[in-house]
Amino acid sequence: MSEEILTLLKENVIQGRITEEDEGIDENLSGPGAVELTEAALEQNIPVQDIVTKGLTAGMDIVGQRFSAKEYYVPDMLASAEAVSAAMDILKPHLEKSQVETKGTFAIATVRGDIHDIGKNIVATLIKGAGYEVVDLGIDVPTDKIIEYVRDKKPAFLGLSALLTTTMLFMGEVIEALKDAGLRDTVRVFVGGAAVSKEFAAEIGADAYCADGFEAVRILDSVA
Amino acid sequence: MPREGLLIENPFERLSKDELMHIHNASLELLTDPGLICYNEEAASIFADGGADVSPLLDTSPPCRIVKIPERLVNEAVDRSPSKIILGARKPEHMLVMHGHEPKVHFVTGSETNIWLDVEFQDYAGKTDPSKEIRIPEFIARRGTLKDLCTSARVSEHLETLDGFIRNVNIQDADITEDNKDVNKVFASLDNTTKHVMVGLTNIDQLDNVVKMAELIAGGKDALKENPVISFITCLVKSPLQFVNDTTRSFIEICRRGLPVVVSSSPQAGTTAPIREAGIIAQINAEVLAGITLGQLVNPGTPIMYGSVPVRTRMDTLADSYGAVETSQYNIDCVQLARHYGLPNYSTSGVCDPKIPGQQSSVERLFSNILVTLSGPQFLHCAYGLLDCNSVFCLLQAVLDDAHFKMIKFFLQPARCDEGEIDAMIRQIRDVAATPQKLYIRTIRKVLRSGLLSPPYPFEGSADKDEVFARANDRMEELLKKPVEHIDKKTTEKIFKEIPGILPRLNPN
Repeated sequence: MSEEILTLLKENVIQGRITEEDEGIDENLSGPGAVELTEAALEQNIPVQDIVTKGLTAGMDIVGQRFSAKEYYVPDMLASAEAVSAAMDILKPHLEKSQVETKGTFAIATVRGDIHDIGKNIVATLIKGAGYEVVDLGIDVPTDKIIEYVRDKKPAFLGLSALLTTTMLFMGEVIEALKDAGLRDTVRVFVGGAAVSKEFAAEIGADAYCADGFEAVRILDSVA
Repeated sequence: MPREGLLIENPFERLSKDELMHIHNASLELLTDPGLICYNEEAASIFADGGADVSPLLDTSPPCRIVKIPERLVNEAVDRSPSKIILGARKPEHMLVMHGHEPKVHFVTGSETNIWLDVEFQDYAGKTDPSKEIRIPEFIARRGTLKDLCTSARVSEHLETLDGFIRNVNIQDADITEDNKDVNKVFASLDNTTKHVMVGLTNIDQLDNVVKMAELIAGGKDALKENPVISFITCLVKSPLQFVNDTTRSFIEICRRGLPVVVSSSPQAGTTAPIREAGIIAQINAEVLAGITLGQLVNPGTPIMYGSVPVRTRMDTLADSYGAVETSQYNIDCVQLARHYGLPNYSTSGVCDPKIPGQQSSVERLFSNILVTLSGPQFLHCAYGLLDCNSVFCLLQAVLDDAHFKMIKFFLQPARCDEGEIDAMIRQIRDVAATPQKLYIRTIRKVLRSGLLSPPYPFEGSADKDEVFARANDRMEELLKKPVEHIDKKTTEKIFKEIPGILPRLNPN
């Protein structure tokens, strides 16, 4: 029974179905989605670790393979990441209780002066889908608010997003403020956005430049 | 189901109603003053018997006449010309149905080129980074052969956007003569594509052999009338306003046999026609109407298409400039005129000036392909693979053109904004607006797999590499490996037995 639920959960992640009302890619697939199956798995007392590895991560692995083979497109990848993300929200208290080690917390913000959030949201979804805890600090976030969060919550990773050449300069301001607050060594800073480049990231002293959400996940997995 | 053509919902037209009537009236005036010089005696007699004013032109060699065609004859001819023309095919699903009043389009190859362009790829090391490999295509020109024509027809069979085939390679093998050229080029075309084949005759004496071959394939004389697997194109009027002897003779004989034929005129603005739009259009319209009038006098009701291939002159060489913007303007005006008369139009686009594929060829051909398509000609000779005006054919370019036409065909899909669709979209917008992320990305997935989204450009390169030619070449190699449904064995045997002159190497049996 537990194997059956985990197989179904994996299949629903592959299909990107969050709930039973969602349409996947395969029109023949109906019934409970990732949310209902995760709840059912908990009711069946399936270990949280198994739900994550045999259901969610196993499904995302297949999605990644299909994306690499050009069978899946970005919308498919995002739909699957959203399904994992919804399942992880349900699992969060159980993960804490069972003391299963998570991959770490990724705080993400669009820096001050910039209200663009499409890229930030996509990156957040993909990272959450990859099994990280994601805290979205929002858009046009003042530097001192970011510093305050890092001081209080101690996330392992901080993602800074900006679309404009004028606002990307505030990424440097955040890094300088982290240094001033003595927090720079506590957090790895990832930067990204349309105007940002690898050279700019190096110039302001960021730890990594991510061209897109997929690259962000790759880099995270390599350093986490 | 036959191919009905792609409907152009709101065709692009340049001429106002008044301007169109000015052109029409100017053409009628030109048909009586100065009239047309006619070098074909039989045509002159037919015109005279039909009521035209025909008089000898003194002191000319060869002897010729001036034919002045009154408006009444032109009107009668237009009335008699069928508005609906069917071009047949070996496979019924490839038959083309054309209605002269409808703005639709079928995409067809053409025209006959002397040079076949092979492509070979050379690999070079980058100058700044020698480990970086750079692939550059090298184009090698040579004379076209019978084998090349077979190859071209075979690949055309598999080019998805192509509706019909006009021979695009002039066969110049050592054993091809004026007497056996027509039967060989027609057999090579018909045997390698199941789509419609349009031909231009080299030698009128071969007309009956060509028609006999088509009858054998269609299943008899009556069957060929029902399903004309071949049609003809003739340039009987040389600009300005002259009936030439040999093609006029061919045209008369084709009309007598009742097979579909294009009356094509190809004036060059600046040399054989005025360079100003009103002038060349009035002249080409007069020339085509003169040809149609002759055809309807020969055989009332015979299917004739309004063929227009106007082109602007290059100022540096006085050669044709199909890449000139005005060439598209002229063609679009002619489409509008043909539709005014209710006659299916044979129009031209996609021909370009450069000698090899590249950026200029892409820009020029796509420019005219889009614009002339949007005018809604019925039968568009859109120059798949043609370069250097009409001199060079490159299969790689034809594969690239197929990709361009997929984009154009996709673009021409009708808009879907009915009540049901609008309601569904309002619901979707409300649903997404209520989510925290406010992204429509999830809604793409179903559309993505339904065929409703245009596919990406098939020859896109990776990273900073332009790999269009290399990828198109891969596609070309794939197409070359695909088999084609040849004419059945029994019919092929009959053709080789009854039609003289077909070279044995074309017989697959």
